[in-house]
Amino acid sequence: MSISDWFKARESRRYTVLDGDAPARAEVPDGVWTKCSACKKIVYDGQLAENVRVCPHCGHHFALCAAERIDLLVDPETFAEFDAGISSADPLGFVGAKPYTESLGTAREQCGLSEAVVCGRAEIASHPVVIAVMDFRFIGASMGSAVGEKIARAFETAVAERRAVVLVTSSGGARMQEGMLSLMQMAKTAAAARRLAEERLPYVSVLANPTMGGVTASFAVLADVIFAEPGALVGFAGPRVIEQTIKQHLPKGFQSAEYLLEHGMVDDVVPRGQLTARVGLVLDYLAAGERA
Amino acid sequence: MTRRYVMEFERPLVELETKLEELRRIDFAQNPELVSEVEELAAELERLHEETYSHLSPWEKVQVSRHPDRPKTQDYLETIFTDVIELHGDRAYGDDEAIVAALATIGGMRTVVLGHRKGKNTRENIKRNFGMVHPEGFRKAIRAMRLAERFGLPIVTFIDTPGAYPGIEAEERGQAWAIAEALAVLSGVRVPVVCVGIGEGGSGGALAIGFGDRLIMLENAYYSVISPEACASILHKDAGKAADMADCLALTAADLVELGIADEVVAEPLGGAHRDTGVVMSAVRERVLEALGTLAASEPDAIAERRYERLRRIGVIAGDLG
Repeated sequence: MSISDWFKARESRRYTVLDGDAPARAEVPDGVWTKCSACKKIVYDGQLAENVRVCPHCGHHFALCAAERIDLLVDPETFAEFDAGISSADPLGFVGAKPYTESLGTAREQCGLSEAVVCGRAEIASHPVVIAVMDFRFIGASMGSAVGEKIARAFETAVAERRAVVLVTSSGGARMQEGMLSLMQMAKTAAAARRLAEERLPYVSVLANPTMGGVTASFAVLADVIFAEPGALVGFAGPRVIEQTIKQHLPKGFQSAEYLLEHGMVDDVVPRGQLTARVGLVLDYLAAGERA
Repeated sequence: MTRRYVMEFERPLVELETKLEELRRIDFAQNPELVSEVEELAAELERLHEETYSHLSPWEKVQVSRHPDRPKTQDYLETIFTDVIELHGDRAYGDDEAIVAALATIGGMRTVVLGHRKGKNTRENIKRNFGMVHPEGFRKAIRAMRLAERFGLPIVTFIDTPGAYPGIEAEERGQAWAIAEALAVLSGVRVPVVCVGIGEGGSGGALAIGFGDRLIMLENAYYSVISPEACASILHKDAGKAADMADCLALTAADLVELGIADEVVAEPLGGAHRDTGVVMSAVRERVLEALGTLAASEPDAIAERRYERLRRIGVIAGDLG
């Protein structure tokens, strides 16, 4: 044991270490503190909730669950969920390290959701929209048949009712446990996004940490305006896969939202506190055709 | 003697073959009793051959699909198409040799051909990045798709890639953006799209030119959301579990037909397409022409609409569907 390990071990006996990036709880009890996973400073949870779960010291954006996202973005009392009952089957009888059905059961129980995306009708800055938000806690918000179906329906509903689409993504990519059925959801959702574009209805996407693989490479980046949250990791191949392929370490900040902005891949990096107003303003510009 | 590429599962067969060859060098005049033994061994080998190759496991098929002598996109382009005009470059960054776009004629029909391009040897493979496409390659394909649509030319694609290239430059130039755009464009082109899985179908990089109105799969080609090795190293932290994952992923041609993703399977000669490329070429030519012939009768709008409906049907879901 090295000296530093010894100190760490001693510290862990003396202090309770709180997990900095623990998923948000709906009801935050008073008197709980969280350690920021970026600056390591201690933040009072009440203050964190007030600050839309952004660290007041360093600006680190903590993860939000779907419900918190929706609360943040839509006009009060306007959200009405649809397709809440759609869930995944286990068409391949997939067993990885554990059976897929078990992963699904655990995710449903822990998140209180039937799948990794929540869709509904709402208003943003008084514009009628379809909003869809992915919840990373649910098997890394990976896209299988159910997520693909819900995203496709979200676009179709928007076309049928002439609404804009606002989508908040965070996902590990296509869901391996449904094999090719998952891969094909990329084509399905991209096709649905294209049909919305053909109807000249606006689509704004917000890339949250992390958005990778088959979700980035399909509907997420087909938006008319793409925003990303500060520090969000966004890309196609995961950093580990790239390092293994090229046998080099990656530059600092690689695949971060700021890096993408620099390379011309997103329209802007928008801090969470400004997101609602910014999305609303974009809709003011683009949503004139929504009732046409 | 040229070195022969031996797949993992072929090793017992090759060992037996070598042994048999050694035995045949024995002077049979001095050991006449060995003659029948050698003959028996030869018969045994024949039987083992048949048994091995006619019951390949998914993981063994993945190995066959990667066989270096397996016919490549370029072979199909040169053999079953005529009057080929290759279209280079994406008009923005460069020309990616990992993907080919061409005007080409098959059975008198003018088409646009797209295909992942692996090399035949190491030198070619380095030039073509082993068929792993960069964003500019997908953007070249998109350019060709749009060209096909404008001039009413059907699109024929050949799928054979380990996957889109995972590298720094690829990410910097928007790998995900390029693939997403290809998916959106291909999903809506108002001309027939016929895809042929000839080797490896590696994830998003394959899908970018790998879906349409018809998907024809060679018997030993695979198509998968992730390579069995990567799946094993993510789920089991052990790439050695690739064979198990290949079983789970439902990635063979037959699996894809069952899932409603592929339409038909083209049988390969015993041992794989590289054992008799002529047979494979003519079978693929026939299937592609049949598909193009059937699709040619449709109205442009109806083709795109039907393709969307086809995509919409793919997937298995549960719960209250509303």
